[in-house]
Amino acid sequence: MMKVKTPKNGRVKRELEKRAPKLVETGKKTLILQGTKTSGTLNGVLSEIYRLKKGGAVRFTRKNDNIRPFESGGETSLEFFSLKTDCSIFVYGSHSKKRPNNLVIGRMYDHHIYDLVEVGVENFKSIESFTYDKKLAPRMGSKPFIAFVGEGFENVDELKHLKEVLLDLLRGEVVENVNLAGLDRAYICTAISSNRVYLSHCALRLKKSGSVVPRMELVEVGPSMDLVVRRHRLPNEGLRKEAMKKAKDQPKKKVKNVSSDAVQGTIGKIYIPDQKIGDMALPNKAKGVKRERREAKKKEANERASKKQKEESE
Amino acid sequence: MEMDMAMETQNPFEVDLGNLLAFNPFHNFPSLPTSRDELVKECLQQGTKLVQAVADRLFSLPSTEDVDGPLVKLPPPTTKLPREKHLPKPKPPTKWEEFAKKKGIKKRKKDKVVWDEQTGTWKRHFGYDRVDDDKDIPIIEAKMTDEPGEDPFAKRQDDKKKRVEKQEKNRLQNLKQAAKVGALPSHVQLAATALPITGTQAPPKKFTKDELGNVAGMAATSTASGGKFDRKLAGEKSAKKQGKHRKFLPVVEGSGIGSQEREQTENVLNKLISKHSHEILNVDKAVTMYNVKKEKKARNRKNQEGKSSSASYKLKPKKQHHKKTAKKGPGSSKKGKAK
Repeated sequence: MMKVKTPKNGRVKRELEKRAPKLVETGKKTLILQGTKTSGTLNGVLSEIYRLKKGGAVRFTRKNDNIRPFESGGETSLEFFSLKTDCSIFVYGSHSKKRPNNLVIGRMYDHHIYDLVEVGVENFKSIESFTYDKKLAPRMGSKPFIAFVGEGFENVDELKHLKEVLLDLLRGEVVENVNLAGLDRAYICTAISSNRVYLSHCALRLKKSGSVVPRMELVEVGPSMDLVVRRHRLPNEGLRKEAMKKAKDQPKKKVKNVSSDAVQGTIGKIYIPDQKIGDMALPNKAKGVKRERREAKKKEANERASKKQKEESE
Repeated sequence: MEMDMAMETQNPFEVDLGNLLAFNPFHNFPSLPTSRDELVKECLQQGTKLVQAVADRLFSLPSTEDVDGPLVKLPPPTTKLPREKHLPKPKPPTKWEEFAKKKGIKKRKKDKVVWDEQTGTWKRHFGYDRVDDDKDIPIIEAKMTDEPGEDPFAKRQDDKKKRVEKQEKNRLQNLKQAAKVGALPSHVQLAATALPITGTQAPPKKFTKDELGNVAGMAATSTASGGKFDRKLAGEKSAKKQGKHRKFLPVVEGSGIGSQEREQTENVLNKLISKHSHEILNVDKAVTMYNVKKEKKARNRKNQEGKSSSASYKLKPKKQHHKKTAKKGPGSSKKGKAK
């Protein structure tokens, strides 16, 4: 037997529709969580990533003892969390003797793990340790500039992969229009060696340059850290192909009241609202002019007439 | 991937304007700076160049002035990133749609309202007060084919029910077909329910939060003090639905007859003396009530004669008969007035 389950109210229905697969996607939500053991550094890293991503991120603060993204069977609860929170990037922190300050950044496709990159965090400097003019502080959810520096990002496989994952993690919402006055942050990723990347978060200061384009100045506002690449897992080819699919034709919005004609060209229909002459505002409303009063009177008269009739008939 | 090369500076950068991304694939450290500060400085310098390269192209795009600042339309991102979820799948045609296509049946739009010849008014096509409603036909003419002993009205009702059921079955079938392809509407979920096993009891109904709260409220106030002196648990809220308590008029209120009591008596009097006082008495009801009362009395008397009064007899709520009938008296008169 089958039962059809539909949401009982509109709010739930809208929420479900938001989660449904879309033709054009606008951005991924990030799930930030940790394993059984973390370190002070890692706690700082996770909470500050959450702070940077606020608005598009979910932070889990409990210990998770059965998450091992690289092992088979260790991803089940991760996939479940992804389904529940509708997140498709996750940042998982764990700390062990073998891999101290370990950070696993992974992406999901259809709530199944797509790819994974494991990095170690070193030389972490938190937001609090930076001093700068607070007026420059980037606002929540602003679109960042992203800069990748270094040939390692093209030559070394791991770094190439890390670049793609970092871009997906940091780029924020995909937008069509951007407000030039609202651009206030930049992420700088530099490949220092073949397995080490320096990541820093900067605020932008726009200076006059004499032309239309202002001169950019970067002010480091933190956090900054070194990411040392450890393990990584690329998606398999079939899944990659499936995930890279794009909608062939963008959905066209239907323009209302406009039609085209071979002879006359474009024709537009214009609807003029009712003039409402009856409701015209009078300078002073005399008692007799008031509509309710008149109508009440009429009603009363009618009733009286009908009553009389009744009595006569009786 | 079509990355644009920015040739303004001597270093060609790859710029993806849709993501505000710039990439310098040619930089490498000839020798790693010894101190951390130097390294950071070098990185920021390189970063500034890249951000400047993006800004150069961004600020030269045509912009529209807005209240908050100049708005720029970004080109679509050129860096390919994987999707979050699969592309939405097209919905498969329903069985009817397939059939209609084969037969060449086209959908026609029906008007919302139709002219009803019988009443001479505009009526809705479907729904409440619709045209050609079965309920509007008071007489069904008998036919030769009619079976004797069959209620044509009941049959019509039954047929309609069956039609609705069949349509529901078809809808479910189509939904199942859509679920197979993964093209269910986003708000619909198909859940498998267990097959009912014959001879087993249905699972007990779960109580809702409200129902439980109401019962708990009743229980909490059923002590002698009405729950007033009960010890509350930490964080316990006041009981939700407390039972009704009887209320009595104040024994003393001012001098003479209390105003509330006077009101009560005046209400009764007004009813009796009012103009339409003859309407308040429902004669039929009064007669049946009188008859019932008489019968009960007779039965009681018979019982008493049959049994000797014992202790068990006392347990029976005999008094209630009297109370109920006494209560019914004014109740009926009230109803009469409402008429």
